[in-house]
Amino acid sequence: MNTSGSIKKALIEWIPAVAVTLALIVAWEVLVDVMDVQHWLLPPPSVIAAEIGDSFGFLMKHARVTAAETLLGFSISIVLAGGLSSGIIWSRTVERTVYPLIITSQTIPIITLAPLLIIWVGTDITSKVIVIVLFTFFPIVISLVAGLRSVDQEMVDMFRTLGASPFQIFRKLMIPSALPNFFAGLKVAAVVSVIGAVIGEWFGSSAGLGWMMKIAGGQFQTARVFAAIVVLSILAMALFAAVVATEKWMLKKYPPTANRVIRLGDS
Amino acid sequence: MSQASHQQEFSNNSNVDSENALLKVSGVGFDYDNASILDDVSLSVGRGEFVALVGPSGCGKSTLLNLISGVLEVREGSINTNGLVGRAERLGNVSYMQQKDLLLPWRTVAENSRLGLELNGVNTAESNERVEKLAELFDIADVLDHMPWQLSGGMRQRVALLRAVLPDNPVLLLDEPFGALDAITRRSLQQWLLNVLATADKAVVLVTHDVDEAILLADRILVMAPNPGRIVADIEVNVEAITNSTDISTSPEVIQIRTGILDLLSRQEVVR
Repeated sequence: MNTSGSIKKALIEWIPAVAVTLALIVAWEVLVDVMDVQHWLLPPPSVIAAEIGDSFGFLMKHARVTAAETLLGFSISIVLAGGLSSGIIWSRTVERTVYPLIITSQTIPIITLAPLLIIWVGTDITSKVIVIVLFTFFPIVISLVAGLRSVDQEMVDMFRTLGASPFQIFRKLMIPSALPNFFAGLKVAAVVSVIGAVIGEWFGSSAGLGWMMKIAGGQFQTARVFAAIVVLSILAMALFAAVVATEKWMLKKYPPTANRVIRLGDS
Repeated sequence: MSQASHQQEFSNNSNVDSENALLKVSGVGFDYDNASILDDVSLSVGRGEFVALVGPSGCGKSTLLNLISGVLEVREGSINTNGLVGRAERLGNVSYMQQKDLLLPWRTVAENSRLGLELNGVNTAESNERVEKLAELFDIADVLDHMPWQLSGGMRQRVALLRAVLPDNPVLLLDEPFGALDAITRRSLQQWLLNVLATADKAVVLVTHDVDEAILLADRILVMAPNPGRIVADIEVNVEAITNSTDISTSPEVIQIRTGILDLLSRQEVVR
């Protein structure tokens, strides 16, 4: 009784989200038809869906390549960002040395760097992983540093009066306190990581969704380009959902000091 | 006790043998941002003695506790807690309960309580045993596996106090421990604290705004004045007379002391 009621309530809550998405898809379909847009310029959703069905195996084969690159790059970014943020928090010298380099790395237009990377390290997975890392480590470092710094000074003093060493304060207080910020950065990184993978593939590869889009685009197979985009979006959403699930699990174990969720619209 | 002794200018501790003091603060000053927060503060607290620091906001009471505990570096004067003179030595060897309970939201009551032991390398089995031994006295035996958000404000303060005293340091500092609680809870916790500390044999320093709290709990009350923070009076409280009287708030001894302190405090307001 109660359970079915809450399921019903959940379904009702999702109605606006589903309705808006469906409305957009229908509007797209209708407008392409009514305005008589050529399908090689903009295919309607029905044609894209048909393309996904027709070349499903092909799409999956390339999606697997992109997914592998993304996961590897994303994981390396987390480890790299963890090390850099710890160093930045630990020592002012490291901060002064590393921070300008990190920011400089983000001012490089990766589009111009990607072809060079192919020349430097070849067309194998390394070049894509480097591009993904360049795209993703920055938001993680920034959010992790902010999170580690967000620790309550009074809490730190309390640890000190109990005789805690700096390392104990870092491990037992600062890391748990940083989790909400860390996951915020991780969510940004999860979404942009697939873009990094596509850009890496664009400039020199023989597989992956990015490569597929480039080839199909060159042959005016626009429906196939869109089919690849759909799969790419699903990939990004899956990675995002995995991050959100991990976040929920971790924050249940390590609840933040202030954990009120504010939504101005809800009464 | 005579009116004169209530208002005596603070010079040195007549009643505590300085040699045996567990806590000795000598000529301590503290400046922050070119403003003098504390000026030439001296006090000593002996074993088993409970001293309250009373004064208006901004008179440097909390700064003084931060200096004693080792959170802040002493630049002027000296502080000695049971032979420990350096700041790094005192950190971890002076029990300090801050104003907020500062419980870690991801730890249970037992895990929060044993934090100080854990940080000093006491193994989990032994620290749990020490927590459980005191849990009854601290009235938290039934909630040891609860999370902090499940506790009332009074319970949270008791957990914070247990965490502070478990390492069993000879000096205990309490910064407005009941400041955030409602009047009834505060009253019962004050009474409880007296019982807990009765046999503890520690040197206790309590910072409070609440004059009645100071009279009820302390053996001696130091009145502080701001700009710069300094001690202006050292008042002996006759503990026997107070604890024996049925209604504390109306006993003549209490009224006399309270009037003396409030008079001192109100004079500072005018000067400011």
